[in-house]
Amino acid sequence: MDHPADLQPAPAAIAHAPTVRQQLFEFVLQLADTSLVLGHRLSEWCGHGPVLEQDLAMANIALDLLGETRSLYQYAAQLEGQGRTEDDLAYLRPATAYRNPLLVEQPNGDFAHTVVRQFLFDNYHYHLLLALKEGPDAPLAGIAEKSVKEAAYHLKWSSEWIIRLGDGTAESRQRLDKALATLWRYAAELTTPTATETALQGLGLVPDYADLLPAMQAHAAHVLAEATVPAPQVVPFAQRGGKGGQHSEHLGYLLAELQYMQRAYPGLTW
Amino acid sequence: MVASTTGTPTEARVWELLEEVTDPEVPVLSILDLGIVRAVRVAGPQVTVTITPTYSGCPAMNTIATDIRLRLLAEGITQLTVHNQLSPAWTTDWMSAAGRAKLTAYGIAPPVDGTATGHVLNLFGKATAVACPLCGSAHTQLVNQFGSTACKALYQCQDCREPFDYFKCH
Repeated sequence: MDHPADLQPAPAAIAHAPTVRQQLFEFVLQLADTSLVLGHRLSEWCGHGPVLEQDLAMANIALDLLGETRSLYQYAAQLEGQGRTEDDLAYLRPATAYRNPLLVEQPNGDFAHTVVRQFLFDNYHYHLLLALKEGPDAPLAGIAEKSVKEAAYHLKWSSEWIIRLGDGTAESRQRLDKALATLWRYAAELTTPTATETALQGLGLVPDYADLLPAMQAHAAHVLAEATVPAPQVVPFAQRGGKGGQHSEHLGYLLAELQYMQRAYPGLTW
Repeated sequence: MVASTTGTPTEARVWELLEEVTDPEVPVLSILDLGIVRAVRVAGPQVTVTITPTYSGCPAMNTIATDIRLRLLAEGITQLTVHNQLSPAWTTDWMSAAGRAKLTAYGIAPPVDGTATGHVLNLFGKATAVACPLCGSAHTQLVNQFGSTACKALYQCQDCREPFDYFKCH
């Protein structure tokens, strides 16, 4: 991220009480961390994709997520009102301060692994944004309105790849099955509210995740059926903790690379 | 009237100047052709231009903001704020007819109206029929929904065999 001295975010009217404002800050930060970490993971594919077209697709999706990240961090910085900038929030917080769910920090693995991670995220992300864009907080609704158009393309991409891999060759099917078996346990965290999310849901500022689930489950069932893949069993030991700052070891390595320049050369600008 | 020496421009003059600022990635298009300028406000010497991004991560937005500043500065306008406004979200419907004609002449197929979101989740659905900007053939094929920049998809003409960019609907 650079410092766009010439381009300023339109000033947001923030009319929330201090407590709510703090909670909304935490929620927006969580969304921003999530998009940033997944965008960074996808960007690791740049130059390594299985074919040029898919290399481009993953880089494009990474760029969309980074764009959404910037809008979210800018808004989070406004909500916090402590003078921190989008760059401070991205580059100067340790892994324990990051609030992304564990799913998005999982390593890329093979292409099937990346596709499954993306599909689980896109299905949640797209439906969340659809609801947020109708929400009462104008700045957040504006970000969602912009990003949902892009998220629809992402969900189409990952859904079609689930189908191709599942209904493809024995090799692609075996890789998809392995990825689903590994990653399915991380999906539940996306729609399991934290105490902050629950409080904001009570105020109507965050959609009730129970209302998102039917559409998410219907889409997943449709895609898996097309892929000829039986729906994975609900795992009794769902993995969660990232939204509370308890991360897998993978996030530290990711941030070490992502934050390197600002840590080594504080205040560096392009 | 043009900007006076006191540095107080008219709104109409600012719009004229903005017509001269182009998209750095598609230099045949002015930012007015693209439809990304949402508002111009002039209050004494203070000018505020509000633009809206085509795509969230579009790296051209910062360059465009700088280009607006430089163009207005050359006219003696020093007090400028460029605001980035996300809502209402930009749509290809805002691209001018002149802009669409310029895109085709440049070799990029312009957006086909009415094909924006809504059909996106039609998995493996029929790709939007796009005419080849080079030979005009309607016999074209979608190669990749994600192209050389965030706003484009990659197509290939089945008649003249040339690959081409399509400014995808949004």
